[in-house]
Amino acid sequence: MSLQFIVDGLLTGSMIGLGAIGVTLTYSILRFSNFAHGDFMAWGTYATLTVVSAIGAMFGKIAPIAPLSFGWPLLVALVVGMAFTALLALLLDKVLFSRLRSQGQAIIVVMASFGASMALRSLLEFTFTSRPTYFSRAIQIAMPVGFGIRITPDQIALLLLTAVLVLGVHLLMTRTQTGRSMQALSQNAALARIVGIDVASVVRVTWIIGAALACVAGVMIGILVQIRPFMGFDMLLPMFAAAILGGIGSIPGAVLGGLIIGLAEAGAVQLIGAEWRAAVSFIILMAVLFVRPIGLFGVKER
Amino acid sequence: MSEIVLDVRNLEAGYEPGVPIVRGASISVSKGEIVVVLGPNGAGKSSFIKAIAGLVPITGGAVLLDGKDITAAPAHTMVRLGLAFVPQTENIFPLMSVEDNLKVACGILERRDIPGRIEEMYTAFPDLVRQRRTAAGNLSGGQRQMLAVARALIVHPKVLVLDEPSAGLSPKFVSMVFEMLAGIRKSGVTILLVEQNAKAALAIGDRAYVLVEGKDRHEGVASELWNDPVVAELYLGQRPSRAGKGGSA
Repeated sequence: MSLQFIVDGLLTGSMIGLGAIGVTLTYSILRFSNFAHGDFMAWGTYATLTVVSAIGAMFGKIAPIAPLSFGWPLLVALVVGMAFTALLALLLDKVLFSRLRSQGQAIIVVMASFGASMALRSLLEFTFTSRPTYFSRAIQIAMPVGFGIRITPDQIALLLLTAVLVLGVHLLMTRTQTGRSMQALSQNAALARIVGIDVASVVRVTWIIGAALACVAGVMIGILVQIRPFMGFDMLLPMFAAAILGGIGSIPGAVLGGLIIGLAEAGAVQLIGAEWRAAVSFIILMAVLFVRPIGLFGVKER
Repeated sequence: MSEIVLDVRNLEAGYEPGVPIVRGASISVSKGEIVVVLGPNGAGKSSFIKAIAGLVPITGGAVLLDGKDITAAPAHTMVRLGLAFVPQTENIFPLMSVEDNLKVACGILERRDIPGRIEEMYTAFPDLVRQRRTAAGNLSGGQRQMLAVARALIVHPKVLVLDEPSAGLSPKFVSMVFEMLAGIRKSGVTILLVEQNAKAALAIGDRAYVLVEGKDRHEGVASELWNDPVVAELYLGQRPSRAGKGGSA
């Protein structure tokens, strides 16, 4: 078998992992499964695409940064898209989730997120149609790197970006007061207030981080695959599987879970056939729930 | 009379509207004192102290800290106002290291003061130094209580408020915790605590209140209260005949 599945798997895994960080944070800190998380991805991607087009309209054609397929407009647009997605998440929390959360029933919030997911997705289809679109139609030549593996410059850049972002979030969670406050809130919300943590502001940071990373994951999909209104929704199962496999609340766990699922998917495509790809997350999710429900880095609830 | 730090006037509080658990309780704590709140099970002691800390909705009365009204203040602003609370159970973050448990409570301190303040806590509680990298959930019961108290003291509170610090501890740790509190008072910290263990609490306390059915029924110097026949009958269980309505859980 060809080792190419490693590159494919790492890339898919990066997208899943970046998305799963948001899922795991929302689950552990806000205590609900946010089914709209995939749609944050899609909205972030379309926002980024819109900014790229706007920059293109203003400055004309801009040469890509060789050897990548994209230039500075995409980088600028990505930052704007991340900010936009964060605002979208904060807005949704303000008008919907926070009100329902205060009633104290997690299942209502989960159902609301399902509804929000459908609404967000339909709005995208309404605005942009469901036809796939692309950041760039240029075809990149994959470079051979030995062992029969080929990789494009875009892919290398995106893997590096993922590594930097994951390291950054990990350091934020473990080395800063904000991160410690987030950990504290996920472990004991009442005690977090007693020690002086403003829960509302920690909740805001949680949304901002999760949504911004969802946007990056979406843009990665947009660059490497294509942009569709359903692109995020289709990632829900692998993202949840990754978050649960890694252990809810664990950032390294979510990323490792994503990589495992990405590699397993890519391996399954080679070994069994592409039609089984989607089943992989499902099988892994089931296996984890049966064998080790707390996941790789999870800890038992008190 | 020395300066009053914490003044609670006619406090009414409860989780459900119209069902007060605390029904007009008043206490005051002067600077440098240890004040103990005693009472039978179900007297509302815990709700009373949690209401002061902003954790149970207050429906009437007032809480004054250094003369400032803190009655409606949200729980997370209490440390900034000068009131540090140690809950009875789950008073540490079990998955965080001992050091992170201390650091996370330092939100209101100046950033440059934090490392020094943490070292001061380690000096005051040497047992914690060896465990600084240990997950707090792995500490013994007594060490957890130490960590919880250190975490509360780290922000230089005007008053330290504790909910049954001896609950669930083995006798050895119970005496350790009370010795610790006596030591903290010597360093100038004002302390208010709720306790079931009347004997041990009165031994270190200056004054005490007995809370019955959500109201303060008795007040006195700690040593005298222990010998007061009414209090003994009402609460301390020294008389065999438990007359009247006491004893409801």
